[in-house]
Amino acid sequence: MKAKVKVTLKNGVLDPQGKAIEGALGSLGFFGVEHVRQGKYFEIDLAEKDPAKAREQVRAMCDKLIANTVIENYDIELG
Amino acid sequence: MKTAVVTFPGINRETDMMRALKLVTGKTPVNLWHTETELPRGLDLVVVPGGFSYGDYLRCGAIAARSPIMSAIRAKALEGLKVLGVCNGFQIITEAGLLPGALVRNASLHFVCREVQLRVENNRTFFTNRMKKGAVVSCPVAHGEGNYICDPKTLTALEAEGRVVFRYAAGTNPNGAMNDIAGIVNQAGNVIGMMPHPENMIEPLHGRMDCLPLFESLLAA
Repeated sequence: MKAKVKVTLKNGVLDPQGKAIEGALGSLGFFGVEHVRQGKYFEIDLAEKDPAKAREQVRAMCDKLIANTVIENYDIELG
Repeated sequence: MKTAVVTFPGINRETDMMRALKLVTGKTPVNLWHTETELPRGLDLVVVPGGFSYGDYLRCGAIAARSPIMSAIRAKALEGLKVLGVCNGFQIITEAGLLPGALVRNASLHFVCREVQLRVENNRTFFTNRMKKGAVVSCPVAHGEGNYICDPKTLTALEAEGRVVFRYAAGTNPNGAMNDIAGIVNQAGNVIGMMPHPENMIEPLHGRMDCLPLFESLLAA
């Protein structure tokens, strides 16, 4: 089973990289870009076949290492 | 006084820190490797030094914070062992949950390597007791992710409880840190984290010796 994890900065946490991308898009002529937030994406291959157990495993991984829940949110998709 | 300095793969300031500790204590610190699971007996202070542990992969300090030695340090810190984290060390001990908040990318997006002016806001800690409250010292910084952030409740508590130990003096904040925070202490008073490198401002060859009293504070603590 494959887990796809998106880690994004929480609202209100400054994202200077997103801001830089926003600026660069503007200078490339992509007008109307109102806001860019940068995040991280992980693909994790799991031996576990049971979706509920897999989700539980990945949630523990996120809480323990993959995300810093002080500043980041995560979203798990199984497929 | 018995001290130790931890080395992780990618750490590069451990030698400077060991030299600084030897200068004030007269004894060579124990150099701990990240895979060790126990701390030496009778340790008074462990320092997590600066560098780029694990190449700053995932988040700076994130992987080092989950290493075996950090579990041992966390357990002893709860019993009162003094812990000092400098630069990457601050990021590591914060990721390990020994201090609140997080250190994120500098607001400027640039790696900043220069001298800043550091104001001592709390002189009742194990690393500042030889300083006057409000004293301003020169200290180098060298980091890309020193922008301290925390939630508003934590920030209010840090300020109200005098747990901001160091603040960048007006106009010298190199990274956009909230309230110009350069270093903080935990509630119990035994864990300090700071972004600047005081170990690089203590000998004549450093140009200035402004930060020597910080290390001398260890002797009184």
